[in-house]
Amino acid sequence: MSNQGKMDCGRRRLVVATAAVGGAGAVAALVPFVSSLLPSERAKAAGAPVEVDISKLEAGQMMTVEWRGKPVWVINRTKEMLDSLPKLDDQMADPKSAKDLQPPYAQNETRSIKKDIMVVVGICTHLGCSPSSKFKRGAEEGMPADWLGGFLCPCHGSTFDFAGRVFKAKPAPTNLEVPPHVYLADTRILIGEDKKGA
Amino acid sequence: MAGGTYEKYKSDGSIGGNVLEWVDARFPATSMWRGHLSEYYAPKNFNFWYFFGSLAMLVLVIQIVTGIFLTMHYKPDAALNANGVPIAFASVEYIMRDVPGGWLIRYMHSTGASAFFIVVYLHMFRGLIYGSYRKPRELTWLFGVGIFLVLMGEAFFGYLLPWGQMSYWGAQVIVNLFGAIPVIGNDLSILIRGDFVVGDATLNRFFSFHVIAFPLILLGLVAAHILALHETGSNNPDGIEIKANKDENGIPRDGIPFHPYYSVKDIVGVVVFLMVFSAVLFWAPEGAGMFLETPNFYPADPLKTPPHIAPVWYFTPYYSILRAVVWNFFGLDAKFWGVVAMGASVVIFAFLPWLDRSPVKSIRYRGPITKVMITLFVICFFILGYLGTQSPSPMGELVSQICTVFYFGFFLAMPWWSRMDKFKPVPERVTMK
Repeated sequence: MSNQGKMDCGRRRLVVATAAVGGAGAVAALVPFVSSLLPSERAKAAGAPVEVDISKLEAGQMMTVEWRGKPVWVINRTKEMLDSLPKLDDQMADPKSAKDLQPPYAQNETRSIKKDIMVVVGICTHLGCSPSSKFKRGAEEGMPADWLGGFLCPCHGSTFDFAGRVFKAKPAPTNLEVPPHVYLADTRILIGEDKKGA
Repeated sequence: MAGGTYEKYKSDGSIGGNVLEWVDARFPATSMWRGHLSEYYAPKNFNFWYFFGSLAMLVLVIQIVTGIFLTMHYKPDAALNANGVPIAFASVEYIMRDVPGGWLIRYMHSTGASAFFIVVYLHMFRGLIYGSYRKPRELTWLFGVGIFLVLMGEAFFGYLLPWGQMSYWGAQVIVNLFGAIPVIGNDLSILIRGDFVVGDATLNRFFSFHVIAFPLILLGLVAAHILALHETGSNNPDGIEIKANKDENGIPRDGIPFHPYYSVKDIVGVVVFLMVFSAVLFWAPEGAGMFLETPNFYPADPLKTPPHIAPVWYFTPYYSILRAVVWNFFGLDAKFWGVVAMGASVVIFAFLPWLDRSPVKSIRYRGPITKVMITLFVICFFILGYLGTQSPSPMGELVSQICTVFYFGFFLAMPWWSRMDKFKPVPERVTMK
């Protein structure tokens, strides 16, 4: 260090500029790596609508179909099940389905197109577990004595009624999602699209 | 002393001596040996609790070696094979049934994961009771917290690989935790999964993280942890600095060379540990459903969550804390706050060096408040851990809420309660009790 104490400002600017260019290059190099983590084109292309035949679905029964890798439940609700819905209104976090988790045609008391047939994504809105069906009233299936039937998420204990509405003060923040769907015929539902035919 | 200067090795004229002299002139062989082993002076009063650092290294080696061999047979592929079983799941069954000795290597790896956490928790508890995180060892502690975090990630990624029911739904839940973050959450969880649901893309990247990225970070942090420790020297059960009292050669009077004294002593710890480890390995490799959970013997089914889902035991205390938070604050969902609380419950360990204001380090010279607080903390930790393995229930929720409040109270009120206590005078020299 011959010129102690004196700073060579020109050289210092070069050092700063070199470091800045190098740093910018390093950041730019991150782009391909981070973007490679995003869903691939193949993953984006998946997710075609699925057709369901509900002619064999008895009243009070439920079937599960896979749509976009997620379970979708189709429930044929009995009158008793439907009657339980209004009774639970005051225990629900969002009784009127005000939050946008269903297509407009399912934003009603039963959250469905047809009163008895419920189509809902069986994925808890908390952390994505699939709730278990607890259809029997009362404590028979390990639920509280005043239980009117519905679903219990095994992961964190959120409970839902037969319209997929979430009970208050549970970890799940919102009602279950109703996917876009349309009736192709009386007993055939297309899940994932709602414009075809109708 | 680490970082000290040592004379280069001089050959005694033998062939071995000549080779060592040649190497030592080009590589810091003897200075590393002396600085970190033969002339690293550790306090002479180490007790039982000081086995767990070296045992953690042993388990790390077990995991790396068994992992290398498992990777030779495992296939990270979520596609279904001809029998309709996911290839990843089938490859683990193949290791268990058809690869010679494969079952043993696989059980060593799965038991090793739990053993790793047992050893690390005991190692952390040692630090807690003897104040090992206090000045000047804050960085050693911080690297240690980093190791703990990386270890949790490593265990989480590894648990997805068998592609069983618990693998799948465990990953589903944990990845969705990130979705709770406002604004960016949803995109972030898609970025982590590489798909809109947990699938083949997720399995492949978790495999990559598990076998390459995280082990590399882990090794780097372990090296930093030990280098920082050897810079300051080890703490001891009395919590006093042995470097404060050195003899005429600059060697701590209460220190003994790590090698051979502790290297040999640690062999005893290794033997006892391996006896327990082997007992679990051969007689109860599933750890009664704690180390390998029953639903994981079923292939992943994206349509059906097992009726009872719980993380592996080492995550359950934090999982309980997540479940305990059911209130909305500041217009944000309880879900988000649960995630925040869970994250905070792990990260808060990093602040210990600055939360503890006690004038003495070791619990031996601290009073009843400290002893009661640490005891209650451990009890809370166990209760939370137990509740995390159980199905949600109203009673469990209340108890976990009480324990969660105490858990955070323990840390956040520490600046006050750690000072209020009665303290005993600290000795000049270490004691051998």
